[in-house]
Amino acid sequence: MRPSAVAIRCAGLRKVYPGRPPVEAVRGLDLEVREGECFGLLGPNGAGKTTTVEILEGLLEATSGDVEILGMRWAQSGRAIREQIGISLQETKFSDKLTVRETLTLFRSFYRTGLRPEEAMARVSLEDKADTWVKNLSGGQKQRLAVAVAMIGDPALLFLDEPTTGLDPHSRRQLAEIIRECRQHGRTTLLTTHYMEEAERLCDRVAIVDHGQVIALGTPRELIARLGGEHVVEFSVESADVMREIAETGQRLPSVTGCRVEDGLIHLSVIEPHVVLPALLDWFRQRQWRLASLVTRHASLDDVFVKLTGRPMGTNP
Amino acid sequence: MSRRGLGDHPLVNLTLARMREFLREPEAVFWVYVFPLILVVALGVAFRNRPVEAVRVVICEGAAAESVAAALNRSPRFQATVCDESEGRRRLRTGRADLMIRAPMVPTPRYEYAFDPTRAESLLARNTVDDFLQREAGRRDAVEVADLPVDEPGTRYIDFLVPGLLGMGLMGGGLWGVGFAIVDMRIRKLLKRYLATPMKRIHFLAAIILSRLLFTATEVLLLLVFARLFFGVASLGSYLAVAMLILLGALEFAGIGLLVASRAQTIETVSGLMNLVMLPMWIGSGIFFSTERFPESVQPVLALMPLNPLIHALRTVMLEGTSLWSLGTDVALIVAWGGACFFLGLLWFRWN
Repeated sequence: MRPSAVAIRCAGLRKVYPGRPPVEAVRGLDLEVREGECFGLLGPNGAGKTTTVEILEGLLEATSGDVEILGMRWAQSGRAIREQIGISLQETKFSDKLTVRETLTLFRSFYRTGLRPEEAMARVSLEDKADTWVKNLSGGQKQRLAVAVAMIGDPALLFLDEPTTGLDPHSRRQLAEIIRECRQHGRTTLLTTHYMEEAERLCDRVAIVDHGQVIALGTPRELIARLGGEHVVEFSVESADVMREIAETGQRLPSVTGCRVEDGLIHLSVIEPHVVLPALLDWFRQRQWRLASLVTRHASLDDVFVKLTGRPMGTNP
Repeated sequence: MSRRGLGDHPLVNLTLARMREFLREPEAVFWVYVFPLILVVALGVAFRNRPVEAVRVVICEGAAAESVAAALNRSPRFQATVCDESEGRRRLRTGRADLMIRAPMVPTPRYEYAFDPTRAESLLARNTVDDFLQREAGRRDAVEVADLPVDEPGTRYIDFLVPGLLGMGLMGGGLWGVGFAIVDMRIRKLLKRYLATPMKRIHFLAAIILSRLLFTATEVLLLLVFARLFFGVASLGSYLAVAMLILLGALEFAGIGLLVASRAQTIETVSGLMNLVMLPMWIGSGIFFSTERFPESVQPVLALMPLNPLIHALRTVMLEGTSLWSLGTDVALIVAWGGACFFLGLLWFRWN
């Protein structure tokens, strides 16, 4: 292993798109992705994820900042980096009238070393579509092809930009499985997504990006633990007055570390649900309030984002 | 690991991919290969060389009308009818007669010709009818003349048309096959995707041009063979010279296609640009009719357009058997256009 064992390192990354006014998409972003890990770059649309990734991929020029990929720099060793990375862009439409095999053979010819098209198809379970035209593939199959194309050069580092966006749940699960397998092959993967639960399941570490900066970094577990409680209790009441009263006093319930109101729901961050729930229900019984709904669940990265920014991620595809 | 063979070379793979994409698009194959042949047939048949039809003459009722009509009708060249003057004028106006004759007898025979002097048929009718009637009346030719009719390949409209269609095909092929194809790939972000691989850019551009040349060769061969078999169109000059001109023309328009596509971000932009480039040449480059019909003042401008020297050179070689060496100006213009457009196209080219 190289002494650094760091696959991606970037420091003070800034990107300003010229215009009136100029748009600052990335504002001093630092990142370090270790070799062999699956790293997730999370954040809402427009947070600067894709800009960041495209700078790392050598497709965009940074306004300022320093980028090192596999110990090399784009300006000096562009081609050497290209041979060792695989990329799946956010939306690429491969040629409609080429078959899966032809597409993979074409891309394979660009690399000095790599997988055979059959191997790549097997990795994403597209063997039975080998001779199907791209235009006759489903959305999920097209995305799997994009991942297969990214892997065709047998890269040490894989960039997957929103590989699951816009797919149905089944296809998303299938693709998640493929990404998990990639990681088992010892490959470093940088994944961007705005599906938080996907990142929780797939990524060793994640960075949450907002307004062009990293606002949180760590394993999904660490980030959730920082909320102060790994559980969430959400409930609603019918009366607005009661709602207000609980919002002010909910914090005092036992085992509760945080309380906020969002979308007509009261969210409690909770360390131990079995402690808070009896107390909460007693409280309601004494005051004769009526509970409209009640849910308890594990805290997610979505909750982390809300805690950090005070607003929800938004779930537009 | 070294490359395993020619079949693994990116240039071969990129070219193959382009050709597969094209051949799997039935409409594209139709427009590139079948349409020019239909055009040849349609225009070749519509403008085939026919014997001149009989001149249609109306004669107004009057003293000498019947005898003049009878005299004219003895010749197969004329088709004369007698009617009243208003009917005669109506026929003249609607183009069903070429000439109207009034023949009063005051006191000697006198013919008055009514015709439209801006219509070639009318003018022809007036002169032939006059000539005929004068001879009937006893005029003698002062000089002996002899007519030598000509109908050889090389002088017909179809012979004129085929070089024009070759030029049009090269123009369309370069702009659509290179310009449109590149913008389409840019929109699909395929260019960007290629850029994200270690692919050499020169391989990509070379493949686009190489596949273009292969399509062009087929297209041109098909057109020439078809015109030869069905219309007997042959080149008086060497086919090597024709092939050289076609190669130069294909490269010239590939360059123009590249320039048009260098920055365009949408299909609308590139379509507009392509029409802007092609429209003046459809009209002013002598594809269907000679550019000499345009006023003298615009001739220098026309002569400098990219397609004009190509069609001019093709026509001169094919119809007059001239060698390429005496067409230096045309060749220089083609090379200059091609070279300048390639240079600017590459300079301004955008991958995403």
